Amino acid sequence: MIRIQARTEPSSLMKVASPLLAITLTLIFGCILFSAIGKSPSQALHVLLIAPLADSYNIGEMFVKMGPLLLCAVGLSLCYRANMWNIGAEGQLLAGALGGSAMALYFIDSESAFALPITLLAGVASGMIWAAIPTFLKLRFNSNLILTTIMFNYIALYLLIWAVHGPLRDPQGFGFPESAMFADSTLLPTLFESSRIHLGVAFSIVSAFIAWFILSKSHLGFQIRVFGSDEPAARYAGFSSKKLSWFVMLFAGALAGLAGVSETTGPIGQLVPNVSPGYGYSAIIVAYLGRLHPLGAILAAVFMAVLYMGGDLAQIEMGIPVAVVSMFQGVLLFFLLACDFFINNRLAFSNQATN
Amino acid sequence: MDSDLIVQILFAAVKTGTPLLFIALGEVICEKSGVLNLGQEGMMLMGAVVGFLAAYGTGSAGLGVLAAMLMGCVMSLIFAVLVLHLGANQVATGLALTIFGTGLSAFIGSGVVGQTIQGFQPIAIPLLSDIPFIGKILFSHDILVYSSFAMTFALMFVVNKTRIGLTLKAVGENPHAANAIGIKVLRVRYLAVMFGGVMAGISGAYMSLVYTPMWVENMTAGRGWIALALVVFASWRVGRIMLGAYLFGLASIMHLVLQGLGWSISPNLLAMLPYVATVVVMVIISADKFKEKLLAPRALGKPFDPRQMA
Repeated sequence: MIRIQARTEPSSLMKVASPLLAITLTLIFGCILFSAIGKSPSQALHVLLIAPLADSYNIGEMFVKMGPLLLCAVGLSLCYRANMWNIGAEGQLLAGALGGSAMALYFIDSESAFALPITLLAGVASGMIWAAIPTFLKLRFNSNLILTTIMFNYIALYLLIWAVHGPLRDPQGFGFPESAMFADSTLLPTLFESSRIHLGVAFSIVSAFIAWFILSKSHLGFQIRVFGSDEPAARYAGFSSKKLSWFVMLFAGALAGLAGVSETTGPIGQLVPNVSPGYGYSAIIVAYLGRLHPLGAILAAVFMAVLYMGGDLAQIEMGIPVAVVSMFQGVLLFFLLACDFFINNRLAFSNQATN
Repeated sequence: MDSDLIVQILFAAVKTGTPLLFIALGEVICEKSGVLNLGQEGMMLMGAVVGFLAAYGTGSAGLGVLAAMLMGCVMSLIFAVLVLHLGANQVATGLALTIFGTGLSAFIGSGVVGQTIQGFQPIAIPLLSDIPFIGKILFSHDILVYSSFAMTFALMFVVNKTRIGLTLKAVGENPHAANAIGIKVLRVRYLAVMFGGVMAGISGAYMSLVYTPMWVENMTAGRGWIALALVVFASWRVGRIMLGAYLFGLASIMHLVLQGLGWSISPNLLAMLPYVATVVVMVIISADKFKEKLLAPRALGKPFDPRQMA
């Protein structure tokens, strides 16, 4: 007989095994789904997992997608550890793209060496502002952070669409809702030849290490960890929840803003309405898959980027709608949450059914 | 602005508010049982696409609504199993449901994008629809709008006047006490979550069968999230949800109003209005910490594990 039994101690093995198990189950789900629509499972696995890493060009593209996912997920990991339910990475990313692009267009005739750093800073600042408003509303007016950050995602999206139709539209662009192409002085340099991997990808990996350092080596990080695991204890110790909330939200906003400005000044090179294919929402899953650990987020972001590539390839090669990516993401998070059950519980096999 | 235009705007506000009313009624019941389901948007999208597919396939809008209700219920069951049985975090599970529903709906609906169907036709209620102003605004709609009226009043009665309502509130306020007097807490929560799913399904079907009537990816445009804010706005009271839904409906068609006044503002800026209005309303309602604590179900979002009682 199999029973479910609560563990006396959370299993540290399951904490690590759970994401791997969830990924495996998601791939099995993918195979079943693909066979249901008449594609072979091996073809499915090939497109989803192997083809994205098959050649150096695809690997490069994978890293280009990993950058914004990781930047957003690192910030979210800290937020969620501090019990700040920031769902607004998407809006903060779009705000960063918008603010950064406005600055890049200001520098359109400039060759100054300061043009790029100032553009990046403008993006970071815009992301921080977009995170600061809901944080202020929560701390001052007690409003629900989940809902306000979601609303700010929509507001940022329409603001961006308004901007590319209006003030930031390329006057020579034949009326297309796009900005002018940015000047070379405001474009992020690429790191390797024959690949689009740009400086923003390096920023994302550095940001993960910085966040890891803050979280595990600093007093601030210690406070965040205590807050996440035992809020009454943190309050008893006199840690300021306000200060921590501000820190994690502004940190997350800055990174998401950097992700946005890095997309427009990196692979895209101009401001377009669809800057992000939902990176800010996917980053929530990346953060969870990485166990809310900044270094875990690196691995999780690589996997998520492979999934994005797989979705693109499935569309090109098999005519499968690209929406399949967000479906897999949802399934992945379902499996992860279900597997996490076994961190605190286990199956007990016993033949004492008669007792 | 002449009176005809005002009537037209208020008529449109009711129509636009109806999907919000359906989904928020479902969510308020769910939240009253102590469960916060952030998967509304995903359930609504699945209701919209499945409702459209069923109506498109069978030619019957009624069957479309039934299929949407069923789909919403199935979606809510995924959530219920994870949250109620496996004790998963409600916020994360709800988000997963929304992301999953967004993707799955776009996936299965990709073949019918741009197709149109014969949705529900408006039925003017005899006598009532002849009342000046009110008749046109409230009684010249389709059958789903009338169902939403009936549903609101039925729920007001059930929640406030019956034993079922009392049980629901007991589970949401103090599940341990409810359990001690023999109420099956998880069973009540399952039913409440499923009711929320069914209502989200109808709400989605309203979008794809009446409001547009067609299927487009992401056509709900955040209404599932606005509904969650609406529940806070209504302070978890069923009657106020109706008022709130129509006010939000009015905010979403503000561009018509402003056009009527002869203002010209970019439609993209006006598209922000419902979201800005939601934030403003949330700030005003929640500013009073004490009041909100008093009104929200006390066990909202907190898992209940019956094993810990033993």
